[in-house]
Amino acid sequence: MTYIAKPRVFHPSLEKNELGLTRRDYEGVMSTLCAGCGHDSVTAALIEAAWELAIPTHRAAKMSGIGCSSKTTAYFMSESHGFNSVHGRMPSVASGANAANRDLVYIGVSGDGDSLSIGLGQLCHAVRRNLNLLYIIENNGVYGLTKGQFSASADMGSKSKRGVPNEQPPIDPALLGLSIGATFVARGFSGDKDQLVPIIKAGIRHPGLALVDVISPCVTFNDHVGSTKSYAYTREHFREAVEAAFVAPKDFVPPADEITADIASAEVRDVRMHDGSVIRFRQVEGDYDATDRDAVYGYLRERQNAGEVPTGLLYVDPESRDLHDVLGTVDRPLWDLPFEELCPGSEALDALMENYR
Amino acid sequence: MKTGRVNDFALKIGTVNGTGSASANGLIMQSIFRMGVPVSGKNVFPSNIQGLPTWYEIRVNGTGHVARTPDFDLIVAMNPETYAQDIEELVPGGWLLYDSSWPMADTLRREEVTFLGVPLAEMCVKTFDGGRTRILMKNIAYTGALAALLDMDMDVIRGLLEETFGERKRHLLDANFEAIRLGYDYATENFECPLPIRLEGMDATRDSILIDGNTAAALGCVYAGATVAAWYPITPSTSLVDAFTAYCGRLRVEDETGRSKAAILQAEDELAAAGITIGAGWAGARAFTATSGAGISLMTEFIGLAYYAEVPCVFFDVERVGPSTGMPTRTQQGDILLCAYASHGDTKHVCLYPKDPAECFEFSVKAFDVAERFQTPVFVLSDLDIGMNDWVVPRFEWDDEYRPDRGKVLDAEALAEIETFYRYLDVDGDGIPYRTIPGEDPKGAYFTRGSGHTKYGKYTEDPDEYQEVIDRIAVKIDNAAEAVPPPEIRSRPDARYGLITLGACDGAVREAIERMEAEDGLRLDYMRIRGFPFAPEVAGFIEAHDLNIVIEQNRDAQLKSLLTLETPASKERLTSVLRYGGLPLSARHVIAGVKDRLGLAAETAEGVGT
Repeated sequence: MTYIAKPRVFHPSLEKNELGLTRRDYEGVMSTLCAGCGHDSVTAALIEAAWELAIPTHRAAKMSGIGCSSKTTAYFMSESHGFNSVHGRMPSVASGANAANRDLVYIGVSGDGDSLSIGLGQLCHAVRRNLNLLYIIENNGVYGLTKGQFSASADMGSKSKRGVPNEQPPIDPALLGLSIGATFVARGFSGDKDQLVPIIKAGIRHPGLALVDVISPCVTFNDHVGSTKSYAYTREHFREAVEAAFVAPKDFVPPADEITADIASAEVRDVRMHDGSVIRFRQVEGDYDATDRDAVYGYLRERQNAGEVPTGLLYVDPESRDLHDVLGTVDRPLWDLPFEELCPGSEALDALMENYR
Repeated sequence: MKTGRVNDFALKIGTVNGTGSASANGLIMQSIFRMGVPVSGKNVFPSNIQGLPTWYEIRVNGTGHVARTPDFDLIVAMNPETYAQDIEELVPGGWLLYDSSWPMADTLRREEVTFLGVPLAEMCVKTFDGGRTRILMKNIAYTGALAALLDMDMDVIRGLLEETFGERKRHLLDANFEAIRLGYDYATENFECPLPIRLEGMDATRDSILIDGNTAAALGCVYAGATVAAWYPITPSTSLVDAFTAYCGRLRVEDETGRSKAAILQAEDELAAAGITIGAGWAGARAFTATSGAGISLMTEFIGLAYYAEVPCVFFDVERVGPSTGMPTRTQQGDILLCAYASHGDTKHVCLYPKDPAECFEFSVKAFDVAERFQTPVFVLSDLDIGMNDWVVPRFEWDDEYRPDRGKVLDAEALAEIETFYRYLDVDGDGIPYRTIPGEDPKGAYFTRGSGHTKYGKYTEDPDEYQEVIDRIAVKIDNAAEAVPPPEIRSRPDARYGLITLGACDGAVREAIERMEAEDGLRLDYMRIRGFPFAPEVAGFIEAHDLNIVIEQNRDAQLKSLLTLETPASKERLTSVLRYGGLPLSARHVIAGVKDRLGLAAETAEGVGT
């Protein structure tokens, strides 16, 4: 409940990141979502990722639309600006904010209703624009606030709480993203924080739009037998395609001296990003190549046809050029340019007037 | 000795679109301007790329009245498809210049019209090679014929062609001037030149420029320091962003890197264009979008968000004929109410109404200042006539002392001095809260939402907390009445009646007032509304007159409705003269309408032609 002030607990034993901040410093107001909602686990993963990356709390901007998922931007990083805009329109608001200030970390949180129905167009064009934004879709297959209607991500045959099957084919954000040029596509599960945190970290650092589809069950309207977005179904059909670890630039050890303590497999591949950070993939599937768009697309189709929910950091384009690279804008945030640099002045105007004689 | 009507006539050129007549028509218009004579040019064009009729109307008036007139003295008819219509539109005693390479049907002849046949196509086929060249040169050739008939200054024409083509395109310059000569010589040899309607050099445009409103508004955005523009292509506003893009390419480039100090985003639709503009305004940039009425319709949900979340942003609405797709290439003032109250729930928006490109430049700078001072969307309502046609207006000037009014923005230093920052708290009692720029300081962080919020920025569903904020916003917007440009008021002694108008109607209404005083001894006061919410003078003007006639270009008397709703003036003091068929307003229609409302003439407004 938002009117209950969340106690700020500081215990000397709380672990601090390099900014001297604890995980508590990355929390927000108390969640008003249903107990057990997958979205709260995503919030926890976001807090963990932001803390681990040691993002200065005020240097992030949290962007959202409308819906249960969009509420969650209030539940983390209360020292960041947040913008809970209109239904399905987070991508355009984030695009404008990013255009004005390229230096902030943009975290967009949306849902399957917000992004795949009313906001499908905005999602697609934000992907094409490739603005530097972490775009999380908390995907539960239903509209929660309006009490359980199917969303566009509901699978064929998935049953509503009343037992009515969905008979329209689903829109899969990962396949959609791949087909329209997304430079970072991942799928996680709110119930697997270990997998989700590195994906979010990599997504935040990705220079472009990182599309992260998170299966995040709705405990109230879509967690029953017959639903394909329930905790039980997701756990059973979850298949990790590739395991990813994010290595910040300062931590990166060149491959020659590679330490793969946390990923105990010979099948390790490092993909180095522009900023020097590295995404370290461990191939769960034999020859999975997370930089081969067509192969990833084919793999997803194949596994989905087999009834599985493939997850992981599925695709990344190490050559990603973001909005500002494409627009060719200056390094300094546009909003912060001094007026003297923006206004050409009276002399220039006088000269210009001669063109209109 | 030359006699006749010097510097007082209207001509119209009828062609087929896609044949390159625009450059010829522009040349005529610019030549007259360079001769120092007040002139206007109106492009009456179809929503089509090639093959449909299009007209260019030029009015020359030495006393400066260059509003559109439907009374054409001379028509250049280059499109056989519209011969009948063009001949019909000539005043008795007028002239029709046509291409006599093909015979004109006798049935089209009209006794009181003089037909001037010039074998334009025939001459161009003989002189030039290539189909496209011949078509283009035919247009230039009629310009030559007009030069002889109207006594245009050939040195001026030559000079303009030289500026256009320069030495690098010498062959084009020669070809164009040859075409001019063809028409000029034929007219001189075959007709009595000049006609009684003719030009004579003046010195009335020395301090003026020839510019369209969209270009002027774009230049205003550059000078105001706008750095983010978002848009979706739509007639008639596209050229505003095109001009902004072109200016930024010259004036906003970082020397060392060649990179841009502006972000121009072509969005997927108007909804996204509005969202981008709002996102950028929220993040601290001066941001704008340009659209037309159809786009505003799509943006209305977002406009409500910007109003309630108090995000500064600027919307240019270059109005065209509605409703729905309407007539995309014709002008109207049909979005007055739409913009004033755009979005669901209780909303009211600041609107500025420029009359011409000079005010487009001035008001676009003003719009950003007002948007940031009052933390709200501001609309600049131009229209197709202002936005896309070239107008003769005074040269723009810039005060280098100008600094943007960013309004109440707290930076890290200011935040350090206060205990707690609350985004929506009315600290100063003027309805305007303080804002912060995202990323500047942890203390300034707040949560922006379009859902119910308290003055402390927290989510609420509490009736009192909700009302407190929405009432404060109402006060804020009402206070903006003092910040918008005040009405332009012109008073005559003992005038009992007032004429009220806005925007591009200005020229026609002022001409009508002068003519009615000169011809009928009727004295009328004049008020041109330039901003909304209405400045205090507006109500005073209405109360001071027995009857006020509101002249505007829409069916439903939208300005009159707004005056009725937003001033204490009684309804009985207001009546309307309305023209909304898509062509710019003319004094003839204003005179007929006003006399009708005052019971002075048998002729009704509806009885007067197009």
